[in-house]
Amino acid sequence: MSVTLDFIKKLENKKFKTEEVINMKRILTNVIWMSFLSINVFAQENNPIPSGGINSGDTAWMIMATALVMLMTVPGLALFYGGLAKRKDTLNTIAMSFAAFALVSILWVIYGYTFTFGDDIKGFIGNPTKLFLSGIGIKSVIDAANTIPEYIFIVYQLTFAAITVALASGAFIERMKFSAWVVFTILWMTFVYVPIAHWVWGNGFLEKLGALDFAGGTVVHINAGIAALVGVLLLGKRRDTSLIPHNLTMVATGTGLLWFGWFGFNAGSALSANGIAGAAFINTNTATAMAAISWMTAEWLATKRPTLLGLCSGAVAGLVTITPSAGFVNIIGSLVIGILAGIVPYIAVTKIKPLFGYDDTLDVFGIHGVAGILGALLTGIFADPSINEAGKGLLYGNPGQFTKQLIAVLVTIVYSGGLTALIFYVIRAFTGLRSRVDDEIIGLDESMHGEKAYNLHI
Amino acid sequence: MKKIEAIIKPHRLDEIKTGLVNAGILNGMTVTEVRGFGRQKGYVEVYRGREYEVRFLPKVKIEIVMKDEDVDKAIEIIISKARTGELGDGKIFVYPVDRAVRISSRQQGEEAL
Repeated sequence: MSVTLDFIKKLENKKFKTEEVINMKRILTNVIWMSFLSINVFAQENNPIPSGGINSGDTAWMIMATALVMLMTVPGLALFYGGLAKRKDTLNTIAMSFAAFALVSILWVIYGYTFTFGDDIKGFIGNPTKLFLSGIGIKSVIDAANTIPEYIFIVYQLTFAAITVALASGAFIERMKFSAWVVFTILWMTFVYVPIAHWVWGNGFLEKLGALDFAGGTVVHINAGIAALVGVLLLGKRRDTSLIPHNLTMVATGTGLLWFGWFGFNAGSALSANGIAGAAFINTNTATAMAAISWMTAEWLATKRPTLLGLCSGAVAGLVTITPSAGFVNIIGSLVIGILAGIVPYIAVTKIKPLFGYDDTLDVFGIHGVAGILGALLTGIFADPSINEAGKGLLYGNPGQFTKQLIAVLVTIVYSGGLTALIFYVIRAFTGLRSRVDDEIIGLDESMHGEKAYNLHI
Repeated sequence: MKKIEAIIKPHRLDEIKTGLVNAGILNGMTVTEVRGFGRQKGYVEVYRGREYEVRFLPKVKIEIVMKDEDVDKAIEIIISKARTGELGDGKIFVYPVDRAVRISSRQQGEEAL
């Protein structure tokens, strides 16, 4: 539009203001107005809300929080995973996160949002009345977040769907065909992410059961972690199963961006700029710092070396573990959660993975799956009703909460595991899952994309 | 004219260069970062708790072309500066050089060094 305005100015600058030019100006102005009107056609205000509902403080914070969560996938996760990959596979690894974000962004506004957050149908799925966001306008709000525009809520939730798919990619890198990944992204978001997110956040049966998940322990991390584990069992091992990071500075940069963006992920999950967001913020930082220290200490004791990768892995494990409880626990709770978050995933990655021998390239199950399960269960123990009256855990006289958390964890594992297996079988039957052996040896950057990350330019 | 090619431990490079310059027998040198192995065993790197043996160790390769009469002195200096007495101190090779040409002035032979 600024182009057309420039054009008008240029016309004005020319001295010959003939009748024709004036007519053209009128036509162009009409075109601009019509494009405004066409936007307003989408914005049929079908959901009027009581006046004073949307407030600028909450809205401003949630716009920022949404942008922060976007930053977690590209470039946060992309750099974290890209640095851990081999130098011949780093672009492919980054492209998996990038493509997942773009694909989910489109599918979400077409049908993902309405199937997740549309009116609940029998606890299992949302009503598809908002396909292509129909009926939603600039004054629309939904009950779960009635002080911010629904548009912001939609994009905020979109960034969660996108990062969940992208998280799973870390398990599959260095051998999966890129086309298979694209098909996986579409099918998995549709048939796994959308239903589970509806169950937990969209008034589905797990929400009605009373399972607590502040920012996505089950929906995001257990879900992605189980998909990763089931996926690698069907995908098979790489020829060379090493994990030798090609660029740890990228890994550290990516970890920093994840940590930073996670404030939007966790504190933003209050859906409001209030004290619960504040609690989620400080718990997120405390547990993450503690987990980085406890992972580093564990490996310092076990292998005599404190590594940067250990600090980064511990930080990510801490972020994952505090996610479901961020807005429910007090500072002691977040410290204990942080200590366990550095140790339990460390054992999963260094002891359990070698024991079973599955080739989860970047430990998506070992970190996101295990820490996600740990965090979901610890929420049932440490949820402090004086922080957030919505959550009362075992330590505060409500042992039933732990059972509810366990049910939510098991449902997620069974559903995500089963459907992921089915999706992998379907992809294997139609497009195939794995790259050819020589493509794997050359590296997927060159064989899938025809690009190299590092060129000697002479 | 002879070419000296020495594979050394990377952290000894500065001392070797200073030693050769102070002895007045160094007109120039070429240095490359290389990887390889000899009698020294590799070392172990640990990523996420898993150990990986690194078989090719980082070394520095020095190449110097000099007059025949300076070679013995140069070898002595390199040994005195590069030697730690442990495995992996490196090796020195000496080759004959047929011709040398300085590109800017077209000078030939020892004048080109």
